[in-house]
Amino acid sequence: MANEKVVVVGGGLAGLSATMKLCELGANVDLVSLVPVKRSHSVCAQGGINSCNDQTRQIGDSEWSHLDDTVYGGDFLNNQPPVKEMAYWAPKVIDLMDRLGVTFNRTHEGFLDRRRFGGTLYKRTAFAGATTGQQLLYALDEQVRRWEAAGKVNKFEAWDFLGPMLDDNGTCRGCIAQNLNTMEIRSFPADAVVVASGGPGLIYGRSTMSVMCNGSAASRIAKAGVKYANGEFIQVHPTAIPGADKLRLMSESARGEGGRVWVPRKGQDPRDPKSIPESDRYYFLEERYPEYGNLVPRDIATREIFDICVNEGLSVEAGRQCVYLDLTHIPRAELDRKLGGIMEIYEKFQGVDPRDVPMKIFPAVHYSMGGVWVDFEKSSDGGLVAGSPRNQQTNVPGLFAIGECDYQYHGANRLGANSLLSCIFSGLFTAPGVLNYLSSSKGLGEDKTTSLCNDEIAKHKERHESLLSQTGGENPYMIHRELGDVMTKAATVVRRNEQLEKAYETVCDLAERANKSSLADTGSWTNQNVVFTKSLIDMFPLAKALVKGALQRDECRGAHYKPDFAMPPLQSTDDAGRRQEAEKWCDKFQANIDKWLKTTVADLTTGEPKITYEAIDTSSIPPRPRLYGLVGAEVIDEVWKERQRKAAVGNATGEKSPQPVA
Amino acid sequence: MIANANNDDVTPVRFRVKIKRQDGPGKPSYWETHQVEYEENMNVISVLQRIAANAKTADGKGVAPVAWDCGCLEEVCGSCTMVINGRVRQSCSALVAKLLRDQPDEITLEPMSKFPVERDLVVSRKRAFQALQKVKAWVPVDSYVDMGAGEKQSRADQEKSYPLSQCMTCGCCLEACPQYTKIEVLREDGESDADFEKRQEEANAAGFIGAHAINQAMLFNDNPTGKFSKAERLDALTDQGGIQMCGNAQNCVAVCPKEIPLTTSIARAGRSVTVHQIKKWFDS
Ligand SMILES: Cc1cc2nc3c(=O)[nH]c(=O)nc-3n(C[C@H](O)[C@H](O)[C@H](O)COP(=O)(O)OP(=O)(O)OC[C@H]3O[C@@H](n4cnc5c(N)ncnc54)[C@H](O)[C@@H]3O)c2cc1C
Ligand code: SF4
Ligand code: SF4
Ligand code: FES
Repeated sequence: MANEKVVVVGGGLAGLSATMKLCELGANVDLVSLVPVKRSHSVCAQGGINSCNDQTRQIGDSEWSHLDDTVYGGDFLNNQPPVKEMAYWAPKVIDLMDRLGVTFNRTHEGFLDRRRFGGTLYKRTAFAGATTGQQLLYALDEQVRRWEAAGKVNKFEAWDFLGPMLDDNGTCRGCIAQNLNTMEIRSFPADAVVVASGGPGLIYGRSTMSVMCNGSAASRIAKAGVKYANGEFIQVHPTAIPGADKLRLMSESARGEGGRVWVPRKGQDPRDPKSIPESDRYYFLEERYPEYGNLVPRDIATREIFDICVNEGLSVEAGRQCVYLDLTHIPRAELDRKLGGIMEIYEKFQGVDPRDVPMKIFPAVHYSMGGVWVDFEKSSDGGLVAGSPRNQQTNVPGLFAIGECDYQYHGANRLGANSLLSCIFSGLFTAPGVLNYLSSSKGLGEDKTTSLCNDEIAKHKERHESLLSQTGGENPYMIHRELGDVMTKAATVVRRNEQLEKAYETVCDLAERANKSSLADTGSWTNQNVVFTKSLIDMFPLAKALVKGALQRDECRGAHYKPDFAMPPLQSTDDAGRRQEAEKWCDKFQANIDKWLKTTVADLTTGEPKITYEAIDTSSIPPRPRLYGLVGAEVIDEVWKERQRKAAVGNATGEKSPQPVA
Repeated sequence: MIANANNDDVTPVRFRVKIKRQDGPGKPSYWETHQVEYEENMNVISVLQRIAANAKTADGKGVAPVAWDCGCLEEVCGSCTMVINGRVRQSCSALVAKLLRDQPDEITLEPMSKFPVERDLVVSRKRAFQALQKVKAWVPVDSYVDMGAGEKQSRADQEKSYPLSQCMTCGCCLEACPQYTKIEVLREDGESDADFEKRQEEANAAGFIGAHAINQAMLFNDNPTGKFSKAERLDALTDQGGIQMCGNAQNCVAVCPKEIPLTTSIARAGRSVTVHQIKKWFDS
């Protein structure tokens, strides 16, 4: 097995953890990345990484409840075996990162300190100030540098992945990439390619993501036949600072450390926020969600902030929508120690000290739950079979996907601090499976490989030349702006079918126009113009999958919210009436599960999405209604539980195998 | 600068941007002036984005768009370092309103001068990463299998390490350092990637490793496991291009965007190296 060659595309947390594990297992890795891996987008993550831990265990937490929070928060759209495996690995992942030197915050006694994040009642989140992603990424970057020094890793930084190379049988045999400076196009032959290219935020123009998060690599493998799943599930983070070039995140940890969201009870109250008395402040999350307060799951916090500004007219400012995120009641020293990184960002970019003055924030596109479709092999205990090559493998043999670019772990809505975990976990866990795939697969042989490489290089060179020489008159940067505008308007917090239909048409028009881009730079050295145009053209298949998926999915699930299909609250005021309504509510809920609790799977080979739906594995935790804050929640919960109990009795007498035990 | 009449802050309607350009490695550099419409909250990155979208000089001549580097746009990735109005810094956190307050007419942008230019404002910082390899800036764990947690650590130790671990290899400290001089190797006709890289690495190895690498060596010497290879790191620090080249000018610490106490790290490294050498001398 030793000395096999694997190509890893992307050096964020996912790509780096896969690389170091592959090296440890003996493989040689070509690591291809747009940016020096140390500058990957993972560096932006602020708040932390989750695991059940010794402190939370004492008060009833377990890996099982981490699994439960994740799938409940994800509105049951997650396949449960991968989530279960991840939750059970989480403590080990954090132990490893600790050994690798991550400077996690400590308690007085010297243990890892933990904070609370959204969608859970436990303090599961380990953190390194408010720059946890940076610290985790650096630890992995250092390990990969160590393997580089040992000759096991060859880094190709400032290379753009242009596409996989598939043989006549549709098996992946490596990839093609282009140097961003010399513009050289070359092949990287290998019998396994792991794509770890992160999220597609740039489709929305501005988001909390970095500029290289353009989804191009995912789109390029989708074009080659890899399925794309749950594209319509995009997380809009509740708290970001609006900006001209980027929407800068204010991490959920700000609320985890006690930050409170509020607006003056009177819209656009001109008073200095510090002088507004408590009685004139509306802490709407705390009032509407007494149990979770400011730490309700993200989709809910986002919708509430949106609702307060758009529907209730309570925005803090008149010309611009925003609410207060207030940390001013927390001692400065504590803010510096635990949230220093984000305090500085606010100060630097807004010129105001958030330790003294409440921040002004608004929701922003943040994360894609959807992504490249990948397989898994379920174990007898409801987790994953370790070392199985099926785990994280796409439908193209030899082509794997991990990290934010896959769709696997977060269902319809991701819980805060679960992504860093899924990235590192999937990287570490996938490596043995990749090597097992290699040892069981047959090589293509030298001649065929050479001719495949030559053909593919020629194809990509031709495309490159034709982009440089075409003169359609369109400006790719303007088209990108327009794309961002449509997507942000139609496919974020609140979705309506008329708008989505129109948006789809606009996106199709823009796609055609993008193909007619004229380049201002036709040079052959560090031509950023042509690289951008290629990535722009490749945004369209994903944008289409996203809009079409959203259009077709007539329901509300997690981040996908269509008011026209929302489940209504109970109206009746007397017990019997409520009970009756709750029964009906549950019937409707069940019918909706039967129809919509399915993975959206898009085939993008022609560029126009062909959508089908696929069953979801909910074998550990049966779906239940997500009732955060709904009127009548208790009655609905009671009715639903009774039904579950009855179903369980039914199961015990025959039809189905029993649920696995935690 | 044309002042905006109805605004006391004197934000301009438009302003000029003077950029030092270079078409490729080893090519001559030249200055070019662009004009950009002012927008609220604008930073240097959005200025460059506007120029990319409409690549014309101030006198209306169409030119190739300016090339530049960026990533996170929130000063954590280290990509976007350049020399702005004569000072090395990140361009994402350089706000136009502030720049114009300090120098009203025009903003000047230059690539860092200590690194080889790829094109325009894009430079190659491979040498800075190479230095991290040289000082073995990592924790040499046995394996990535589950061995339980690392050692307990006091808050005080964490608070000492955390600032050092925030270094984003942005290059500011190197640009400002008088001892860090540019090393540029140009590709020869027909030279292979591997040969070219080897020549670059050899050339880089002769130069000063820089404050960032000395700081990283100290970070890992402090780590409970990292300290097991302390001696190797100290050897690297005394090798060619090592700490002995530092002239203690302290320019580095003044420009570090992460306010890393570089001179403290350098002083500590100096002391460790001395002790290490005396010990080696006695042992031999
Ligand atoms: C501001 C912010 C804060 C966050 N905070 C948290 C948090 O506190 N906790 C949490 O759990 N999650 C958080 N997240 C989410 C989390 O950071 C990301 O989901 C995660 O870092 C993604 O890691 P990755 O390895 O999948 O990809 P990335 O880190 O995005 O890396 C992608 C890699 O792929 C490469 N690449 C991309 N396209 C190509 C191409 N065409 N060719 C070659 N290479 C390519 C890039 O160069 C890069 O190396 C946050 C996200 C944001 C935006
Ligand atoms: S103190 Fe040393 S490293 Fe820092 S600027 Fe001076 S010479 Fe350079
Ligand atoms: S020490 Fe500071 S200035 Fe130097 S590379 Fe690191 S972050 Fe940049
Ligand atoms: S773009 Fe990342 S530091 Fe400026």
